[in-house]
Amino acid sequence: MSFAVKALTRSLNVFHLGGSACNNCDIEILDALTPKYDLERFGMVLVGSIRHADVILLSGIFNKKACIRARRVFEQAPKPVVVVAIGGCACSGLIFKDSYNWDEPVGNYIPVDAYLPGCPPKPEAMISAIVKLTKKLRGQ
Amino acid sequence: MANYGHWLLQVLIFPGLAFTAVVGLVTSWIDRKVTARVQMRVGPPFLQPFFDLVKLFIKETIVPAGGSRWLFLSAPLLGLAGVTLASTILWRALLAPGRTFLGDWIVLLYLLTLPALSVILGAFASANPLASLGGSREMKLVLAYEPPFILAALVPVVQAHSLRLGDILAAPPAVHALSGVLALLIGVLCMQAKLAQVPFDMAEAETELTGGALIEYSGPPLALFKLTRAMLFFTLPVFLVTLFWGGIVWTRGPAVWAWGCLKYVLLVVAVVLIRNTAPRVRVDQAVKFFWGPMTFTALLALGLAWWGW
Repeated sequence: MSFAVKALTRSLNVFHLGGSACNNCDIEILDALTPKYDLERFGMVLVGSIRHADVILLSGIFNKKACIRARRVFEQAPKPVVVVAIGGCACSGLIFKDSYNWDEPVGNYIPVDAYLPGCPPKPEAMISAIVKLTKKLRGQ
Repeated sequence: MANYGHWLLQVLIFPGLAFTAVVGLVTSWIDRKVTARVQMRVGPPFLQPFFDLVKLFIKETIVPAGGSRWLFLSAPLLGLAGVTLASTILWRALLAPGRTFLGDWIVLLYLLTLPALSVILGAFASANPLASLGGSREMKLVLAYEPPFILAALVPVVQAHSLRLGDILAAPPAVHALSGVLALLIGVLCMQAKLAQVPFDMAEAETELTGGALIEYSGPPLALFKLTRAMLFFTLPVFLVTLFWGGIVWTRGPAVWAWGCLKYVLLVVAVVLIRNTAPRVRVDQAVKFFWGPMTFTALLALGLAWWGW
């Protein structure tokens, strides 16, 4: 494992892209940053600009219009970038999958590296997903 | 030619770029760790700032389509050059107080404004509305904090009757007089603004401008900006300790040197604690604060120093 890959996995700056989420996933994401779980231990911080991001978190139901926007945001991110779909909605559409404005999962528009289902997933599940993801990035 | 080699070595390795970068990154770790402890978190590991920097160097650099490519990419270098030269001159004065040149005080004040200038230039070169908002806020902030900062920095000059850092170091520390204490307090608050720390971080305001002046920067240029900020976090407190508090001088024995290092850590922790306990002010409030009470107090301190207090 090169030092560059180690540096990337030890310093993941997270950009949170909400696609009309119901806020439960958003709250759980912020929960993972609070003193109890403190993801900054692993060097993860939330950033406000997509240009500073290493991870794009997708949460919520990405409808026909939002998918195109998500694609544009993905193109604006400096590569290498990792995409994680958080919550059942972003993974599969969940209860909204028969809705008139829902077409197909956001994973058909952008390459999603990890799916984290749950409604909402608990912070423990997120930490476990991060551990799996960093192991995959490091090729272990 | 050997002289040039020696000079280059000083700027690039010790006490210039490499030394200042390493100590600056360690300082930014202290900043994040103390912040985490204040919030009852564990905080990032010791090597975190180094990981952040290396990671940014392997990321892609994106230049915004409507921006000025040349200025966008060269602005971070300007700030880095400014803080590197400032640190070199400052540490040459601290390592050999007798060998400094006349007027290095003026040169340092000029060089220490270059990082803010580079942020402004980079913001306007990136052709992003949020970045130009951040740039204009940074510009107002520079105009606000420079007058009290220069007035406060004049206090030790008046006390030592010299514009040479070596003479200021040789004179009794400024804080032994009332005027020096006032000047140090003003210096700490101006340093807070110069470092763009929380009460005065409206130029990059995460919550409203989402990164503000640096919003379009990615990859290595962003790394240079972060490095400049970290190096400034090392250089500015040392500059204040040098001006007001006797400096970090090795020639007077290890006890004096250790006490000097402790003063530096105290100033850093003061900045971190202010940033964790104060909410962000608006830019007009900052201008009123710096041009009103701060400038007034700085003038008072200068007057006291003039009359020997």
